[in-house]
Amino acid sequence: MAATATAPAPSRPGSRSKGDEVAHLVTLAFAATVLLVAVLLVWNLWGASAPSRGKFGWGFLAGTNWDPNALDFGALPFIYGTVITSLLALVISIPLGVGAAIFLAELAPPGFSSACTFLVELLAAVPSVIYGLLAIFTVVPLMREYIEPALKTAFGYLPQFQGPILGVGYLTAAVVLAIMTVPYIVSISRESLLEVPRDQREAALALGATRWETTFKVVVPYARLGILGSIFLSLARALGETMAITMVVGNDTTLHASWFAPGYTIAAILANEFAEATGKMYTAALVELGLVLFLVTIVINALARLLVVATTRKGSAKAQ
Amino acid sequence: MKTSIALAGILLAGSSLVSAQAINGAGATFPYPIYGKWFEEFRQKNPSIEINYQSKGSGAGIAQLTAGTVDFGASDMPMKDEQIAALKVKALHFPTVIGGVVPTFNVPGVTDLKFSQKALAGIYLGKITKWNDPLIAKANPGVKLPSTDVIVVHRADGSGTTFVFTDFLSKISPEWKAGPGSNTSIKWPVGVGQQGNEGVAGMVKQTPGAVGYVELIYALQNKMSYGAVENAAGSYVKADLDTVTAAAANAAKSMPADFRVSITNAPGKNAYPIASFTWLLIPTQIPDAQKRAALVNFLKWMLADGQKDCAALGYAPLPKQVVLQEQKQIAMIH
Amino acid sequence: MNRLLYRKTVNNVMLTLTGVCTLVTVAVLFVILGYLVYNGGKSVDWAFFTKLPLPPGENGGGMANAIVGSAEMVGLAALFGLPVGFFGGIYLAEFSGKTMGFLIRYTADLLNGVPSIVIGIFAWALVVVPLHNFSSLAGAVALAIMLIPISLRSTEQFLSTVPNALREGALALGAPKWKVLATVIVPAAMKGILTGMILAVARVAGETAPLLFTALNNQFWPRGLNQPTASLPVMIYTHAIAPYDDWHRQAWAAGLVLLAMVLLTNISARWILSRGISVQKG
Repeated sequence: MAATATAPAPSRPGSRSKGDEVAHLVTLAFAATVLLVAVLLVWNLWGASAPSRGKFGWGFLAGTNWDPNALDFGALPFIYGTVITSLLALVISIPLGVGAAIFLAELAPPGFSSACTFLVELLAAVPSVIYGLLAIFTVVPLMREYIEPALKTAFGYLPQFQGPILGVGYLTAAVVLAIMTVPYIVSISRESLLEVPRDQREAALALGATRWETTFKVVVPYARLGILGSIFLSLARALGETMAITMVVGNDTTLHASWFAPGYTIAAILANEFAEATGKMYTAALVELGLVLFLVTIVINALARLLVVATTRKGSAKAQ
Repeated sequence: MKTSIALAGILLAGSSLVSAQAINGAGATFPYPIYGKWFEEFRQKNPSIEINYQSKGSGAGIAQLTAGTVDFGASDMPMKDEQIAALKVKALHFPTVIGGVVPTFNVPGVTDLKFSQKALAGIYLGKITKWNDPLIAKANPGVKLPSTDVIVVHRADGSGTTFVFTDFLSKISPEWKAGPGSNTSIKWPVGVGQQGNEGVAGMVKQTPGAVGYVELIYALQNKMSYGAVENAAGSYVKADLDTVTAAAANAAKSMPADFRVSITNAPGKNAYPIASFTWLLIPTQIPDAQKRAALVNFLKWMLADGQKDCAALGYAPLPKQVVLQEQKQIAMIH
Repeated sequence: MNRLLYRKTVNNVMLTLTGVCTLVTVAVLFVILGYLVYNGGKSVDWAFFTKLPLPPGENGGGMANAIVGSAEMVGLAALFGLPVGFFGGIYLAEFSGKTMGFLIRYTADLLNGVPSIVIGIFAWALVVVPLHNFSSLAGAVALAIMLIPISLRSTEQFLSTVPNALREGALALGAPKWKVLATVIVPAAMKGILTGMILAVARVAGETAPLLFTALNNQFWPRGLNQPTASLPVMIYTHAIAPYDDWHRQAWAAGLVLLAMVLLTNISARWILSRGISVQKG
């Protein structure tokens, strides 16, 4: 409106036209919706889990029994399942991912590196249910017929590698999670490594270090915050994965020591049992599980963001 | 860009313009193959009535009916008294078919097995861990049993099929009764869980050494081997039309008014021991007149024409007395 | 000399290993794509795109309703969620003060990190329970909640890349802030913002968990917002775990269609972005 006047009103610092105020309020309203949704979400999780929190208290986290008939619920098998599958996944994906990132950042020619990174980032876009679909017909038979028997022969004296081989279970779920998390580690670690200033590398090489020594002892430590951030980000995603996991984890509510055994994660039991939870207590126990998962992923995500932001904004190791 | 928006708009509008009475139900996977066929057939006869049935397990059927998020439920376990008490609107049990729960297995080199009562209980209690266990071998002389591990598969979701199976196990094994007991969801001593009859069948089909309990049709449709089970009279009976019908013979004569009955471990030489009715759970009060009329129509059709589809899918049709009793119950829906 | 040889060997071995890692990672992608393309390609037929699902055990049929249902719910979710993210992002980049900005960014990151199954539970409590039925509306709400934080952060990010000189120049000419935004700044960042939105929608289109207890599933055509609706991801899930070979075949076909859609969207979005964020309008 003001622009159609013959002489535009000079905008003095501190003054705002009517249009500006409207714009400010409108956009604020939309932004506030984000706050509203988050508040409602937390309020709903907290409220719906109240009966269970009241009955079990902190013992919920240590309880190993999940009995919908006796209404006795404990979260430990699911917390354990979630943690062990995610950790095992990281054990596989960190060396693979950081290794690939090193190759792409340090050794590969730039064109090839970008092309490869592009392909790897596409992996991150594949929906979880498709990973599950593929896992049922490729990973599960592979684990059942080759990998788990081989591990059993090699490490069968350890409790983690004992028991019947089913194909589904903690280990298979971990392998699928590893495939799903590798792209994040590769992508973000590569970016962190690329940000390391050239002179760091050149100084090390000038001192007579081999390429590998330069990379491993100078470049990687410099980029460690970003790499660590990518690991936390992957962990956060792995913890919340639902579909691919429930299709391969075996869905057993008992805690097992063996990695070949069927297990459960929080996300998987929510997917399987939520639709049939009758009664306030059963539903509350499930929502409480969701609350636990929610809190854990929030913390891990926050840590991840802190680390990644610290790297990209201030430049790696300097951000001490 | 504009054309695609227009197309999308027409599609969206069009899908709601065709006025169909949409009815939603959820529940048991046990009768899903025949319910799927029925609802499709019924729709072809009555194009304006679409009954959407989602097989999510009897547990979910009861839960969603209680929450009021579906128009009807379906369950292979008759609702327990506490569950009925929790309903805001009372619901009626309408038996639809009689089916058999079979132990399907995937044992390399073996096509036929007899499961004694002790063997079946032993497998699911985790006591029998290899296929060549003496308990299994005893009932199967002459069959070459491998030393493969027994991989037990059960339901991960709340299941009426689980109830029927564990109801049988509770009747024949005091140890089972004292331990896991019978319900739609129990604490399994051993095994891997899968979603629905479909998931259990899928897993057994792909895993050598696996054994699971599924409704007969799932084993038939997927050409999977299933065993004969020792019944109350001591004979080994395989599930089929005759043996399942025989299991319901007693119940047919003395069906309670609310149709809640268990026919596992039924007496009789030819009775299949793990058989069960399965029920549609219909609310007594349906405020929407069109919905009510549609459901009533379906029930009448199901009790008359629908029953003809049973045999082809391996379910036993309802005995005549039961049908007559149900037709009277339809009047209670208002 | 021995020491040098050792270091050189370590160097060669480790560097080769990193190459192997890359090979393995890229190989996994090719295996996934290859397997899916092979099995899906065999299974996709005209019936898949035009027919409704058949009762279990019967061969044939398709997932036409799931394709339409997914399109419907994702479209609706975009309608709800993208404007919130867009205008919220403008607020964050152009209007907000320090505390409010921090609060909103933090909350958006919080929402972004919530596992999708938990969002499904929230949408169930918010929409399904009060309305007393499963609905595509509930599914759309769940997906919209996932869209909001992604589009918010990407909008803010791209707006902040617009050089200050542009802002100051326009303001110096006397235009009010809202006009500067509408005619200069937002158009300048539009390419990036749109890309971000497209990527977010592609991501959300593949989500299954939030739809499990909101939209449920349906063997018939979508019948409006207040009815359970079929969707591709949920269909893939139910068909993959079932024993029927024909259902597996259809799951592969659906997986191929879904993946093709997601990947094509991703690739084209990135391509648009990589051509540079143009500074002039449009």
